[in-house]
Amino acid sequence: MLRYSLKRLLSLIISLTVASVLIFMVIEVAPGDPASYMLGMNAQPDTVAALRAELGLDVSKAERYFNWASAMLTGDFGTSYTYRTPVSKMIGERMWVSLPLALYALTLSTLIAFPAGIYAAARRGKAGDVVVMGATQLGVAIPNFWFAMMMVLIFAINLRWFGAGGFAGWDKGFWTGIHSLTLPAISLALPQGAILARVMRSALLDIMGEDFMRTARAKGLSRRQALWRHGLRNAMIPVLTIIGLQFSFLLAGSIIIEQVFYLPGLGRLVFQAISARDLIVVESVVMLLVFAVIMVNFLVDLAYAFVDPRLRSRT
Amino acid sequence: MRQFSKLVFASAIALAAGMGIAQAQGSLTVAMQLEPPHLDPTSAAAGAIDSVTYSNIFEGLTRFMGDGSVVPGLAESWEISDDGLTYTFKLHDGVKFHDGTTMDAEDVKFSLDRARAEDSANAQKALFAGITDVTVVDPLTVKVTLSEPNGNFLFNLAWGDAVIVAPESIENIKTNPIGTGAFKFSDWVQGDKIDIVRNPDYWGTPAILESATFKFISDPTAAFAAVMAEDVDVFTGFPAPENLPQFEADPRFQVLVGSTEGETILAINNKQPPFDQLKVREALAHAIDRQAIIDGAMFGYGTPIGTHFAPHNPAYVDLTGMSAYDPELSKKLLAEAGFPDGFETTLYLPPPSYARRGGEIIAAQLAEVGIKAEIINVEWAQWLESVFRGKNFGLTIVSHTEPMDIGIYARPDYYFQYDNPDFQGLMKRLNETTDPDQRTMLLQNAQRMISDDYVNGYLFQLAALTVAKVGVQGLWANAPTQATDLTAVSWAK
Repeated sequence: MLRYSLKRLLSLIISLTVASVLIFMVIEVAPGDPASYMLGMNAQPDTVAALRAELGLDVSKAERYFNWASAMLTGDFGTSYTYRTPVSKMIGERMWVSLPLALYALTLSTLIAFPAGIYAAARRGKAGDVVVMGATQLGVAIPNFWFAMMMVLIFAINLRWFGAGGFAGWDKGFWTGIHSLTLPAISLALPQGAILARVMRSALLDIMGEDFMRTARAKGLSRRQALWRHGLRNAMIPVLTIIGLQFSFLLAGSIIIEQVFYLPGLGRLVFQAISARDLIVVESVVMLLVFAVIMVNFLVDLAYAFVDPRLRSRT
Repeated sequence: MRQFSKLVFASAIALAAGMGIAQAQGSLTVAMQLEPPHLDPTSAAAGAIDSVTYSNIFEGLTRFMGDGSVVPGLAESWEISDDGLTYTFKLHDGVKFHDGTTMDAEDVKFSLDRARAEDSANAQKALFAGITDVTVVDPLTVKVTLSEPNGNFLFNLAWGDAVIVAPESIENIKTNPIGTGAFKFSDWVQGDKIDIVRNPDYWGTPAILESATFKFISDPTAAFAAVMAEDVDVFTGFPAPENLPQFEADPRFQVLVGSTEGETILAINNKQPPFDQLKVREALAHAIDRQAIIDGAMFGYGTPIGTHFAPHNPAYVDLTGMSAYDPELSKKLLAEAGFPDGFETTLYLPPPSYARRGGEIIAAQLAEVGIKAEIINVEWAQWLESVFRGKNFGLTIVSHTEPMDIGIYARPDYYFQYDNPDFQGLMKRLNETTDPDQRTMLLQNAQRMISDDYVNGYLFQLAALTVAKVGVQGLWANAPTQATDLTAVSWAK
């Protein structure tokens, strides 16, 4: 187990290093100088040069990469070119919107998906199954930004139950914060929940064909009892994998939803930083997201080995 | 007793509700599209900084009013020497910065010297280029010496880039701006909003609003929703002109349509063949139907222009007739220039909708006369690098939002590369002239000269579009500079 973990750890370090080089290269290759952007059309060349020096942009790219990467190892993400505040502080602030939003959306999608998936599997081929599968098909097909706009139209503009966007802030109270994240969370949760429900259903159906399920039925359990006692636990493995993947997707994938609801989250930060050529912010946030995805995979890998002893010897 | 406490409770609620309304009357939520990167107007070009800070937080020696006129700001009065080289400013007495320190001649000297210094990060450093010396005469008098007369000097000092800052607070100005204005900076939740509160110790007429919040909503659909849901009281620079008729019809809202300093032009690379030929540029100008662009890209909002000058300026000359839409004439001119079958070129489009939507229409109009313009969409950073600095383009669409910027045509290295010694001489004379009538004449000659030379395709003056709740009064309809001056804004009773 130790050897397996060490190997996984090594691959994690290599992935992160490769990712950091790639991110740096891709972002630096794109044209556009941050200093010229900030100073605009009437700036004089000496002003631009002064600002470039101030931002540390006047050294070679290789040197900048090493400065950036080595500082990051110590938890220092550098200072934003445009905002002139530490990137780690900005990320920290935005996390308080994006992380709860992702968790909220994940909770909602699970709450939709589990009953829907189980219900559909239990009533396979019957009317209920057809209805649930049709609904999830629709859920996957509807673009979430369009769905978000429709919800704003109904719940914010006509019914006035919610604001059209923005984030009230956690300092106004937990429920106020939750209230302002509700529409965005639902928009994010809809396609995710639909996918998860379909995975849940097919995982359960797979399990139901297994030998141990037949044995359970032979022992005298009803179809429903067998499903609840033996099927569900085994079906959880693929479902949890999907949930893990969805979490990193939700964290990174909320860029559009954060624009639609003008939420001060990570997605909006990246969006603004890209158009302002705030390279260091883009690089750091993307790196952080890569780190999150790789970490989740690492933990999932470890969890697999923990659940399934065969995996340990195979590596 | 129980009855009594219920009564107390009920009246407490009524009181609280009443107070709530009274308080809401004193605050205003203003939305705009772009968030400022930081809050120092003296070290960045971003108009969003001025949109929040101009006149509200920071003030200069002179200032713009909503109609574009320049009036005294922190300077109470001034004297100009007969040779036009020395300006002696008398400052207002008793002006305090928001941190309690006194604003005096030393601060003025500090601000102007900082802006024109060698290592200055001022985006409009050229405004201060003519200053050779700033001398403190006494705490309320400051003398500025210029190397040559500059008829625009008082105008230049009204820019947001020329506001007065203090050496005591300069270090943290980007995140904690300390100015002399009628509002104080209070809080900034980055990515979300900026709060300002009334400055009770303001030296001039105090603000009416108790506080104001700026919110940043970049998505046009979200902007529409935020106004409709009444989440915001005012939206300046409303990004979805197609929705304005709906707001106009809604009794809850008012729509203000004003003018800006933004001359939107189809810029031509005057050094790139075939655009180095006057006939080709003339042909291009006649190929463009301005009204179709205003209607199609701006939903009718915008004033046609025939030269690089704002139509609301008294010195404006209407030269749209010089480049009237005439595709047949355009084809004829192209044939005369040696391009009977047209030619191919590039059309770079930065992100704003006037460029992206306008560009599609222009490309179609150019195709009518045989000019095939390849559309290339770029981000601003890329536009600055390859078009503006690299001069690697045929055509591009951009709105020049700086006020009174016809002087850019006197810079041969400017991106559209117009190099005419006559024009450069004209601008030199303009700078040396302080007589208003003389200046008007020179400015009109300048407008005609660039129109005669068909330097660029002149499209329209960008409109300033503001949507507000009906009760809001005192907003600027026009945008003589990028600003959201809230100092005179209030709620109707």
